[in-house]
Amino acid sequence: MPVEILMPALSPTMEEGKLSKWLKKEGDKVTSGDVLAEIETDKATMEVEAVDEGTLGKILVPEGTDNVKVNAVIAVLLADGESADAASAPKAASAEAPAKAEEAPKQEAAAEKPAASVPAAPKAEVAADPDIPEGTEMVSTTVREALRDAMAEEMRRDSNVFIMGEEVAEYQGAYKITQGLLDEFGPRRVVDTPITEHGFAGVGVGAAMTGLRPIVEFMTFNFAMQAIDQIINSAAKTLYMSGGQMGAPMVFRGPSGAAARVAAQHSQCYAAWYSHIPGLKVVMPYSAADAKGLLKAAIRDPNPVIFLENEILYGHSFDVPKLDDFVLPIGKARIHKKGKDVTLVSFGIGMNYTVKAEAELAKMGIDAEIIDLRTIRPMDIPTVIESVKKTGRCVTIEEGYPQSSVGTEIATRVMQQAFDYLDAPILTIAGKDVPMPYAANLEKLALPNVQEIIDAVKAVTYTA
Amino acid sequence: MATRAKKSPARSAQTSAIKAPKPIQFTKEQELEAYRHMLLIRRFEEKAGQLYGMGFIGGFCHLYIGQEAVVTGMQMSLKEGDQVITGYRDHGHMLACGMSPRGVMAELTGRRGGLSKGKGGSMHMFSKEKHFYGGHGIVGAQVSLGTGLAFANRYRDNGNVSLAYFGDGAANQGQVYESFNMASLWKLPVIYIIENNRYAMGTSVSRASAETDFSKRGISFNIPGIQVDGMDVRAVNAAGEEAAAWARSGKGPMILEMQTYRYRGHSMSDPAKYRSKDEVQKMRSDHDPIEQVKHRLIENGWSTEDDLKKIDKEVRDIVADAADFAQSDPEPDPSELYTDILL
Repeated sequence: MPVEILMPALSPTMEEGKLSKWLKKEGDKVTSGDVLAEIETDKATMEVEAVDEGTLGKILVPEGTDNVKVNAVIAVLLADGESADAASAPKAASAEAPAKAEEAPKQEAAAEKPAASVPAAPKAEVAADPDIPEGTEMVSTTVREALRDAMAEEMRRDSNVFIMGEEVAEYQGAYKITQGLLDEFGPRRVVDTPITEHGFAGVGVGAAMTGLRPIVEFMTFNFAMQAIDQIINSAAKTLYMSGGQMGAPMVFRGPSGAAARVAAQHSQCYAAWYSHIPGLKVVMPYSAADAKGLLKAAIRDPNPVIFLENEILYGHSFDVPKLDDFVLPIGKARIHKKGKDVTLVSFGIGMNYTVKAEAELAKMGIDAEIIDLRTIRPMDIPTVIESVKKTGRCVTIEEGYPQSSVGTEIATRVMQQAFDYLDAPILTIAGKDVPMPYAANLEKLALPNVQEIIDAVKAVTYTA
Repeated sequence: MATRAKKSPARSAQTSAIKAPKPIQFTKEQELEAYRHMLLIRRFEEKAGQLYGMGFIGGFCHLYIGQEAVVTGMQMSLKEGDQVITGYRDHGHMLACGMSPRGVMAELTGRRGGLSKGKGGSMHMFSKEKHFYGGHGIVGAQVSLGTGLAFANRYRDNGNVSLAYFGDGAANQGQVYESFNMASLWKLPVIYIIENNRYAMGTSVSRASAETDFSKRGISFNIPGIQVDGMDVRAVNAAGEEAAAWARSGKGPMILEMQTYRYRGHSMSDPAKYRSKDEVQKMRSDHDPIEQVKHRLIENGWSTEDDLKKIDKEVRDIVADAADFAQSDPEPDPSELYTDILL
């Protein structure tokens, strides 16, 4: 069987090209890898190499021909013993050529014809918070202790869990979140790394791909910017790119957002950044109980979880139920306080402002409902929608930058799903659209404040 | 001070480049195994190039033609459970790991029978079963990930080593050195294989690298390195055996610089004007890894031309079967759009 040599597409966008030069003549012996001809694509002059062995039987497209369509037959290659007559093929081949040539457009047509309808995105069912048995002792715990307890409990439970990061072992944690872990679990499972975020994030992802369960601590998420490629391109996408064969069951955790007077490079909230990425879960707790229950869930989760903490909240105390295994569902918001006049949606440190504003609003006779989102991705919009259907008004509060913020995402979805229930535009309170300044007065101005929330609520409730 | 100053050169001398071990003489069986594996990669890549030209393969497609001896020789020095990870020029590595030619080719054409169900493409393929961890499109990322594979081996104390392949271009990425540091500090069982094919896309080594001897790249991390003739599968295998023994015995990482060459452009759409035709032709005619084995097989009287033709025919059949499958297998079902994002 003579082998047809086709005009190749040698760039992702090429549809036709010029056959500028034949480097082999009819009758020449050809082996795999020999350059047969030169063609001009839409980008460059390229060489056409032989794939098969044989004798160049017939050249069907002479050199100098313009606009040769991709996949047109340009020559015929004969195997040993075949004669050029057997390739009286010219006719057969050229008769076939259009047929072949049509195949390519067919493929294109397939690409152009209206794509099959896009399947609906699956809806994940998220369980409700577990019931806390009556009479359970509540223990006042700092967020710092709650996070440590969560890690220690999970490390006792699963020997595949380990923690790595800067100063996590001998120094006991830059913010003392890993206090005591080295003593209990030893240096094999509590690993001090050099200052090398990009590298150790990659090492963590590689270990996770084999089924280990790393907790990668970033001293702050500001430094994780050096590692963001590994987090997004490797951790978040591998499950999809491998067709479900392997992923990165791991937690990236550390403080995010402004602390106090540490200025632009150390004060940034990453909630919106990571919430953009399919393949990640993003958790940002406020209370110690949520910090504990959600970190335990994050460590058990088979997906990469971004766990955003806050330096200022580390020292805050909250009641944590004294239970053997307190695990909370990722992807479920918590109604922090029920109310009927307005829905306030916040998360993490944003809750600090929100809770204070609510107390002021109560004095003014406004009964606000507070939703603590807890998880940014997947986002529990149904809980927000339910609330807005009741209140008709919504204000979001966060410390991150205003453009493409978590609040704007909530506003979009509420507008799309509960437009008819809204009695006022949704207002979004965020940090100001500036790098964080150092000066104390400017820093205060750059962050959200309680009065802004009160003003926004007054505006959406049309209260004088 | 003086004594200290004296000490440090001695220390670095101890850990700098090691002399390449002599190529092991292969047995007939080894020569035939190498021949068959390299030929499969060569023919597979030629077919992939052809399918790209016909529009069946889209996007980027980086062929491994010319570099076959590297993965083939290294794979022959591994034991079950050792992991492999590489960059985007990955088809050869997957075939060497024993992944199915049908699965690889169908992934190239974006079909449901592809190794990643058609969702990964040329640069993103994986096989848990064959311990192949990708297939990575971000230059250099696989070096940190491969170090993580070694970290996991150490954590589990399973006696396995990981092979992290990267090119002379990737060797200038920062995370490579972050990984070197940790791997040496923690004595991780990882072999860093720098496939120096002389060009990072269109930039020659001498235009991009202050130190062009890549086997020395680990000196300040106390990682020994060997410069290897990457066109001779026996030399590759000998270096691989030495590095694997080193890493497995708990001594930490080793760097192997494989001096190799890619015959084709960087990707299918690269006209490769940055090098001369003579240079390419000289490598093909004087150093071709497959021709070298073929020559020895015949020279030693271990195979006749006909024997080798028979192997060639078998390999071509495997590749033709893979190509047929890759063209006829259906595209992924639309419902696959939303699968495998989260577990």
